[in-house]
Amino acid sequence: MQRAKVLFERSLSALTPFLAVLLALAVGAIMLFALKVDPITAYGALIEGAFGSPFALAQVLVKATPLLLVGLGICIAFRGGVINIGGEGQIIVGALATAAFTLALPQAPAIVLLVGGMLCGMLAGGIWGGIAGALKARFGVNEILTTIMMNAIAAQLANFLLRGPMIDPIEVKNGTMLAQSARLPELSWLPKLVPQTLLHAGAIVAVIMAVVVYILLWRTVLGYRIRAVGLNAEAARFAGIRVPVYQALALLLSGVMAGLAGSVEVLGVSHRMMDGVSGGYGFSGIVAALFGKLHPLGAIPASALFGSLLVGADKMQRAVQVPSALIDALNGLVVLFVVSSDILVRRRAQRRKAAERKS
Amino acid sequence: MTLLPTGRARIDELRMVGITKRFPGVLANDGVDFDVRAGEIHALLGENGAGKSTLMRQLYGLYKPDAGEIRLNGAARRFNSPSDAIHAGIGMIHQHFMLVPALTVAENVALGLASSRGPLLDLDRVSKRIEELGERYHLKVQPDAQVWQLSVGEQQRVEILKALYRGAALLALDEPTAVLTPQEVGEFFKVLRRMAEDGHALIFISHKLHEVIDISHRVTVMRDGKVVATHPTAGSTRERLAGEMVGRPILLEYDKPPVPAAAANEVPRLEVEDLHVRGDRGRDALRGVSLSIRSGEILGIAGVSGNGQRELAEALTGLRRVTRGRVRVNGRDLTHATPQQRIAAGQSAIPEERMKDGVVRDFSVSENLILQDHGHAPYSRAGFLNTRAITRDCAALVKDYSVKTPALETPTKNLSGGNIQKLILARELARKPTLLICAQPTRGVDIGASEYIHQRLLEQRQRGMATLLISEDLDELMALSDRIAVMYEGRLMAVLDRADATPAKLGLLMAGVAA
Repeated sequence: MQRAKVLFERSLSALTPFLAVLLALAVGAIMLFALKVDPITAYGALIEGAFGSPFALAQVLVKATPLLLVGLGICIAFRGGVINIGGEGQIIVGALATAAFTLALPQAPAIVLLVGGMLCGMLAGGIWGGIAGALKARFGVNEILTTIMMNAIAAQLANFLLRGPMIDPIEVKNGTMLAQSARLPELSWLPKLVPQTLLHAGAIVAVIMAVVVYILLWRTVLGYRIRAVGLNAEAARFAGIRVPVYQALALLLSGVMAGLAGSVEVLGVSHRMMDGVSGGYGFSGIVAALFGKLHPLGAIPASALFGSLLVGADKMQRAVQVPSALIDALNGLVVLFVVSSDILVRRRAQRRKAAERKS
Repeated sequence: MTLLPTGRARIDELRMVGITKRFPGVLANDGVDFDVRAGEIHALLGENGAGKSTLMRQLYGLYKPDAGEIRLNGAARRFNSPSDAIHAGIGMIHQHFMLVPALTVAENVALGLASSRGPLLDLDRVSKRIEELGERYHLKVQPDAQVWQLSVGEQQRVEILKALYRGAALLALDEPTAVLTPQEVGEFFKVLRRMAEDGHALIFISHKLHEVIDISHRVTVMRDGKVVATHPTAGSTRERLAGEMVGRPILLEYDKPPVPAAAANEVPRLEVEDLHVRGDRGRDALRGVSLSIRSGEILGIAGVSGNGQRELAEALTGLRRVTRGRVRVNGRDLTHATPQQRIAAGQSAIPEERMKDGVVRDFSVSENLILQDHGHAPYSRAGFLNTRAITRDCAALVKDYSVKTPALETPTKNLSGGNIQKLILARELARKPTLLICAQPTRGVDIGASEYIHQRLLEQRQRGMATLLISEDLDELMALSDRIAVMYEGRLMAVLDRADATPAKLGLLMAGVAA
């Protein structure tokens, strides 16, 4: 009896985010009405766009990959009690580093290019997150501010490199001067998983990383300390754990994951470094992580769902001719509903506990 | 109808019959019978969660009983709200005062009452009445003093005045002595006796056994929502009452062999010299504390809370910077050592605020048990946690220290206060420390668990561990300590041998009066 009740509570709390998405779509329907668009047609297009064809499905997974990687980093940061809003910048520097590495070694074998490229991306992202971490640990600078500002720095760094030292020589020759790097050597491209689609091996990398992050957080000393610091910094300090160090490490590792997302994007999708490579994943990854309850394995389905929302919304926009701002609004609604439903579930649990304790 | 000196009708008898109150999943009161008469001080005794507060809340109209009856002077009454209860002459003094700090005493007393001058305040009249009442009941308070300027003891007098002013003929006092010094308790008891002599009926809720024996005429003991005993207090011993509260015989005084004489070359486990530390507001919280503890010795620190005890514990555990002075542990200078260096030097600590500093609430029981030791063998190897060793040792610890938990994976926040404290104790003592800094080890912990914790501390003392025991519970200090130091305004007033330390002496020192 008690078991059944616990099971019910658990599944309810797992289902809540999905109910929240449905509610968000319901509110979105009101906006669609206001634009004189039939929501059923629109959502039909959304679903078809995401799941209507093998190509669409593959596209969903392509979008889910960077979301998952960024989301994993967010899990680490949040578990450590720090907030990383710097995913965008970390993706950019990761992508830059990967592109620079592979372009510098055009003759190297594929394995070196792929592994080295990803390591470079992780390193660069780690440095970017680690700077914010070090500033917090050493001087107590708020990491939300530093990670946001590091985003701007990364964007300008990319701007400079892609218009200067790293610009594609062909662009210079043609005089078009598009801000992008040369194409990466073909050997460095992540292999396709399904022919005729864009789905690449990065998806597998991301899922493996989810397991790695899970192991990191729950099976290693480092992860234990990050979680202890995040849940109760005072008790951690009392127990002799150097709190600032582990907060900084959480930010650094968070950056590593976002940097890897940047690597995977250039190695798997764009095959060159260019403007807009971060594609907002640095922010939507946060939502995916929250949606997955900040659990690395929960982030897998969560990012797949957000990937399908991104891809489907694209299709919907084209099918029913709604302004792209509406798509952003829809995404925003989903975030709002998911995050607040989580708070509701927690409140409910607290109330129940309080009632039990009142004796 | 007999009148009280306050001009109100007496409550000759209050009787609560067969009171039953159920909350989801718990039977908080199970057929409780309780009565109190005019002129009587009736103590209501029980552990946390025994149902005392629930019973009183029903008397005060905050909860409605599921079954049973409240009879005032023989007539059944229903109280739907506190104002019904107040009208019937029932007053309640809560553990946390309900006063507005920025208002004067008179304003606080008049708050929420109709004025005799209609829309205009009649504070002069109120003040005069407060003075009369204060005179009669030894409750001296300046009516025009602002409440924030008053000491805790004075604020409590204001609470009682407020209840008397409102015509309370029956007063329920919830843990009223928790915030008072022994001197203030003495004064306070005079007030209670005077009120009883005048014909007030008083309910005294407490878990401090000697106070119950001191002040009450009758005592009712509750356990698990039921009344287990009601009898005259005269002739009861602390042991008997404790046994009734817990349901099994309880030891309150422990046999402990004396500390062996010092060897010639013995190095004290802890030496503190002229310690200065700043408090949270930047003022000196410790102003030259010196002490030393030998192996196998328990040094108790008594004092009213806020006299530097917390800062002393924090300085000795590396959480607060020492501005002047030295701390040596086993001869090694650890004045400015970090918590991890102190742990490595064989020091353990039981923090005052166990939920804040002692455990990570959302961690499982086993995760909390390895909070310091997870970083080395056998709990981890090459950076990976060794789940098997952790589970094995934690299961043994939980069993050894009888921590009641459904499983090792249970989130620690689901455990009771006593069991969380046992968990911390298990973790800190398993390391076989040579020095323990122990703050308020049994605050908010029930008697059964307290006794257990005390036995464990004494066991370690036998083993040679030195203990600095900071406590606000004099009984605890007297039962465990070999010497007792009294702290007042950041200094040690005196260090007494246990044999010389009487509650009266300690009380004077705690109030800052040098012996």
